Amino acid sequence: MLGQTLREVSAALKQGQITPTELCQKCLSLIKKTKFLNAYITVSEEVALKQAEESEKRYKNGQSLGDLDGIPIAVKDNFSTSGIETTCASNMLKGYVPPYNATVVQKLLDQGALLMGKTNLDEFAMGSGSTDGVFGPVKNPWSYSKQYREKRKQNPHSGSGDSDWLITGGSSGGSAAAVSAFTCYAALGSDTGGSTRNPAAHCGLVGFKPSYGLVSRHGLIPLVNSMDVPGILTRYVDDAAVVLGVLAGHDPKDSTTVPINKPLVLSSLEDVSKLCIGIPKEYLVPELSSEIQSLWSRAADLFESEGAKVIEVSLPHTSYSIVCYHVLCTSEVASNMARFDGLQYGHRCDIDVSTEAMYAATRREGFNDVVRGRILSGNFFLLKENYENYFVKAQKVRRLIANDFVNAFNSGVDVLLTPTTLSEAVPYLEFIKEDNRTRSAQDDIFTQAVNMAGLPAVNIPIALSNQGLPIGLQFIGRAFCDQQLLTVAKWFEKQVQFPVIQLQELVDNCSAILENEKLASVSLKQ
Amino acid sequence: MAAPMLRWGCRGRRWALACVDGGSCHRRGAPTGSTSNRIRGQSSVAQQPLHTAQKPRKGEHKWAAVVGLEIHAQISSNSKLFSGSQVRFSAPPNSLVSFFDASLPGTLPVLNRRCVEAAVMTGLALNCHINKKSLFDRKHYFYADLPAGYQITQHRLPIAVNGSLTYGISAGKECGQVIPKMVRVKQIQLEQDSGKSLHDDLRSQTLIDLNRAEGQLRVDANISVHHPGEPLGVRTEVKNLNSIRFLAKAIDYEIQRQISELENGGEILNETRSFHEKLGCTVSMRDKEAKQDYRFMPEPNLPPLLLYDATSLPTGADPQQVINIDQIRETLPELPSVTRERLVQQYGMLPEHSFTLLNEVGLLEFFQNVMKETRAEPKKVTSWVLNIFLGYLKQENLAVSESPVTPSALAELLDLLDSRTISSSAAKQVFEELWKREGKTPGQIVSEKQLELMQDRGALEQFCYSVMKDHPQVVMDVKKGNPRAINKLIGLVRKATLNRADPAVIKEILEKQLSS
Repeated sequence: MLGQTLREVSAALKQGQITPTELCQKCLSLIKKTKFLNAYITVSEEVALKQAEESEKRYKNGQSLGDLDGIPIAVKDNFSTSGIETTCASNMLKGYVPPYNATVVQKLLDQGALLMGKTNLDEFAMGSGSTDGVFGPVKNPWSYSKQYREKRKQNPHSGSGDSDWLITGGSSGGSAAAVSAFTCYAALGSDTGGSTRNPAAHCGLVGFKPSYGLVSRHGLIPLVNSMDVPGILTRYVDDAAVVLGVLAGHDPKDSTTVPINKPLVLSSLEDVSKLCIGIPKEYLVPELSSEIQSLWSRAADLFESEGAKVIEVSLPHTSYSIVCYHVLCTSEVASNMARFDGLQYGHRCDIDVSTEAMYAATRREGFNDVVRGRILSGNFFLLKENYENYFVKAQKVRRLIANDFVNAFNSGVDVLLTPTTLSEAVPYLEFIKEDNRTRSAQDDIFTQAVNMAGLPAVNIPIALSNQGLPIGLQFIGRAFCDQQLLTVAKWFEKQVQFPVIQLQELVDNCSAILENEKLASVSLKQ
Repeated sequence: MAAPMLRWGCRGRRWALACVDGGSCHRRGAPTGSTSNRIRGQSSVAQQPLHTAQKPRKGEHKWAAVVGLEIHAQISSNSKLFSGSQVRFSAPPNSLVSFFDASLPGTLPVLNRRCVEAAVMTGLALNCHINKKSLFDRKHYFYADLPAGYQITQHRLPIAVNGSLTYGISAGKECGQVIPKMVRVKQIQLEQDSGKSLHDDLRSQTLIDLNRAEGQLRVDANISVHHPGEPLGVRTEVKNLNSIRFLAKAIDYEIQRQISELENGGEILNETRSFHEKLGCTVSMRDKEAKQDYRFMPEPNLPPLLLYDATSLPTGADPQQVINIDQIRETLPELPSVTRERLVQQYGMLPEHSFTLLNEVGLLEFFQNVMKETRAEPKKVTSWVLNIFLGYLKQENLAVSESPVTPSALAELLDLLDSRTISSSAAKQVFEELWKREGKTPGQIVSEKQLELMQDRGALEQFCYSVMKDHPQVVMDVKKGNPRAINKLIGLVRKATLNRADPAVIKEILEKQLSS
């Protein structure tokens, strides 16, 4: 049951094979068993059980609200949740309980979804490892998978024990771990430079970043307003489409959202012969792992062999993208973080010599080095004397980058196919050898340009690496052609048959709760 | 301003009306223009006829002053510029604060359509060019009453630019002559207001009110002086002036201060000053805020504001989703300058009277309502409205809307006067009675107090005859040719009739009787 698609579970709920409360309790038990993953900052057990109870009543009366009714979901802890602490994994917001729900959260709740909890992240979503939050790093469930463990046993160099667990990627690592470990069916992430797609790639999930303007940001505590998009993490493309169907559309509270003409329906693509897949040549960088490179080209071959046109395209300004992203990102960060002054909400220091001294100490205590570093850079770029040379220039480069994509699509390309990450997930101890900035610059390399152009993009897991770890590829679509993008992604998903994570050790531990599921010994997917 | 959407002083959402003015400001001539002006940066200072600030003494250069004003005016709307929370004057502190107003993380600004319409309307009224595309920016500074750490404003591309306002100033000893003036408006921008800080020095606390709905005038004045023909002087900015009177005083003071500073070999610092209301002088604020870098940045949460006109309106556009400049132009009320011109043309009114009528809220409407109902001459009506009616209002510090006398009552009273039913002095007596709010009509008051003029000519002739008989000496004086003697007789007759006789008629009868 826990490995099923959202619609399968929804059908089971409708048929009464399982009740929302039972489903909720199974997920809650798994959350407890997998607590060591540190996927959740807050588990909203009471809220979820109450929602399950209400959902159960609806099912009994035959008044299900839809596919999401009774479905456990998780939400990244940078989305405001009414009455539930929202921390952004920062000291600054510890104890902050928003009085309102983010629009996306409200839409999920309105559909009867069960909110299991708030998931871990890098502080204020600034990072690519989910290692830099005040509540500690998130562990990748694949560290404990049978696939990975077995490969490790074969490798005499690898140590044993828990010390070399893997990062999830980030910054939505908590959401990725939560879905990957079967504690929920879908989770909201946020995606500013790749924060949904990157952990999805490392955790073997579908990680979808919608077109900018398709999904409301109201209630999402911002990183970079002009690039932030709520992201969707699921195990299957269909699940992501169901969630997107609920979330998409104009929100009067977010002036950057646009109305959608027709409901999103994902059909099965039978024939790819009319499709043109673009392979951006600039994405072939020396740092790309050979394994990913070969999977990338195998994926291209797959399309070609099925009749699709596959062409090489050029996105000439790609190499300037990450620097440009850095300038724009830190500038908006500097601005967005200005409100955290300790006056109205969140952390406040004890110093009360003057308002200025209070601000300074509050912000020093409240933010980690990464956040403070970005604020400092951003303010530097926004200074009157620097504005033209940095911010304005970066905006111009941003336009060129966006135009690169427009030109590629105008040349007849329907969807671009690229790697999502340079490599598979690395062990935590390896990851922290580099600082956050270096890591972000490396890890966002294939993903952030999409945010600057506002395009939809999705990570689709393709295969396991030699080490038994997930590798994903990224599909990038035309602006507001999210449906077309997901349709292609669904076709691809079906072709590659990515293996389901085998959490035997976890399952063994959790045998009591999973026994009833009659889980297949090899897979959680039934 | 007749346009109803501008109220002085602002908070909540507000305008920053920024205008460049031709600095026609000399000692007494602070820009009395009812709206606004401000200079942004010296480069844009206008070179209009400059006036001497001081009467030049022998051997002295003339000084000229340049003044620009930044005026913050609240838009009359039901909800705030970027949030749905209400705007209400004198609401309890922090009672009208939405999540956005409190800058809760994750909240986003949503532009209020009404405010945009009001901005466009103001722009049109001030002869501005309306920008079909305007942008919003963030202006950053840390202050306790600025909860987001930035203010959303229109820094790069405001909604309206390059306007002008003509107005008149009274000149000469009698102030009888109105000299037309023009002030240039640099720009009109939509701007979110900060909150209000109340400093409690005793407890060393600061209390913050985020309602942002103060009904006050708030003006920042930029002032510099220079010798005509030479480069402009260094300017100072006097901040937070909250009344026209203080604005004029602050400007006058600052001009004088700068002149004497320069004449005594000093120099003017480019600084921010505040006006000390009790001492009537400006003082340097030495404010850390003054020199700060606001780190302007585009507001990413608000797309460019696009306006349309009849030619650019997309076909099939939902009228709720677009703002049509031409449509707003059609709803524009008659502008004050046009109204004044019309009053002069239509009623033969003196220009200064037309100014007075328009400067008092509701007075023009009152005047027009009286005109509709009375047979009295426009001159008479103007005189009564501006002298007697306005005098009573001022004396009791009442607004026109609070007047105890209705236009109909005044019209009736003026009709009685016009038909010579009552005398002018009786009319004033009636007016005083009307002011007491006893619910009586002028007609009732006249008959109760027996204030009608005597219509019986025979009786009046009898009175005249008696007076002449009783005062032979005065009659003699008249006959001797003393021109003032007849007035004495008239007075005596009026007294005898208890002021109920028309002096003109008395005079006529007396003259007839004297010559017989």
